[in-house]
Amino acid sequence: MRRLLGGLAGLILLGAVAGFIVTAPQRLPDADVAQGPGDAARGARIFWAGGCASCHAAKGAKGNDRLKLGGGAVLKTAFGDFQPPNISPGGDGLANWTLADFDNAMRRGVSPDGRHYYPAFPYTSYARMTPADIADLFAYLGSLPAVAGKPAAGAMAFPYNIRRGIGLWKRVYLDAAPVVALPAKASAPSRAGQYLVEGPGHCSECHSPRTPYGGVDKARWLAGAADPEGKGKIPNITPGKLRWSAAEIADYLKTGFTPDYDSVGGTMVEVQANMAQLSDADRAAIAAYLKAVPAVK
Amino acid sequence: MRMLAAVLATAIILPAIAPAVAFAGPLEDRQAIMKGNGRDTKLGGDMLKGVTPFDAAVANKILANYVAAAKAFPAHFPAGSNGGDTEASPAIWSKPAEWRAATTKFQTDTVAAAATKVSTQPEFGKAFGMVTANCKSCHEGFRIKKD
Repeated sequence: MRRLLGGLAGLILLGAVAGFIVTAPQRLPDADVAQGPGDAARGARIFWAGGCASCHAAKGAKGNDRLKLGGGAVLKTAFGDFQPPNISPGGDGLANWTLADFDNAMRRGVSPDGRHYYPAFPYTSYARMTPADIADLFAYLGSLPAVAGKPAAGAMAFPYNIRRGIGLWKRVYLDAAPVVALPAKASAPSRAGQYLVEGPGHCSECHSPRTPYGGVDKARWLAGAADPEGKGKIPNITPGKLRWSAAEIADYLKTGFTPDYDSVGGTMVEVQANMAQLSDADRAAIAAYLKAVPAVK
Repeated sequence: MRMLAAVLATAIILPAIAPAVAFAGPLEDRQAIMKGNGRDTKLGGDMLKGVTPFDAAVANKILANYVAAAKAFPAHFPAGSNGGDTEASPAIWSKPAEWRAATTKFQTDTVAAAATKVSTQPEFGKAFGMVTANCKSCHEGFRIKKD
């Protein structure tokens, strides 16, 4: 009996140690970390492609106020309330961050003090970005105005309040590999678009359904989903549903009007405002990729 | 030919105003107004893109239609009309001050745009932009897409 108890205790200890190891935050290997200094001018493009302002600037901010990244509105989801933090270059933001800290946040979802971020911060997409783009983005963020104030952290329900659990989640859902296998003859714009959509643009975070564990369901990539913030539906943008031409998709991203002159609405309004800041070539690339992804009904 | 196009365009636009006179329930009425807006906006957008030739008479008619639509629109959201096959957001009824601000802005902007009495395509582009900026800002918080 005593031996049995001892064995059990040993097993539990072993399990705890194994659990501790598999859930530990994984930082980028030194050889892979972005090298600075980045180019702030190039980083502006990545900033708009990534839509940083939509979550980190104040809700409803317009014009230059979208560059004040003191932390935006709370994102309410089934898992809990997420508060986007201050990412301005001030003391309440990223003032003390190194480029390596930033890269680990972006591509590994790990904070400078070694904790997991919740994937409401879409590092599962940002993981597909190049180190050079990370460096440029970091340089650009550093050029923006400092904003004072740290918004209070959001409240998470059990068991999601155990951050270590995210380590396990990441083992399943954090994967830097491209999602769609484009055919060998795929055009250069569609490949450029793949990078923008799957990486910085993080379109699939809303446009793909999620598994019960909260990971993106890659079998229904971009095939539409329930709105994570409440009622309504986020549309299927694969060729299985979206019948617009590539030119019409690009035009929608530029103007906010559908081919029938219905207007963009909901949370896509902010996204479209970001997309409008990109070049025609980048919008055309996004459209080319969306025409090339597997059609899902 | 150009005359014919203008006549045709006017013929298409006119029914867009008609739904302001209530003939069905509030859902049908407000949806008809929005349908008219969509048709007018496509007409205007095509003229600005050069898909169809610019016609000042049609352009001013479109702007006048917007004025009528903006004026009529808010009356079609009575209490209790938030159910059924609607894309109207519950925020229309739960945030009445914000809703009033948005619909008032739509009315102010459409009146100001129509008052410019456009005669050239660039002028129309400016007036058209003043009005259509309201589409996004209002659909951001007050419409929920269902499909």
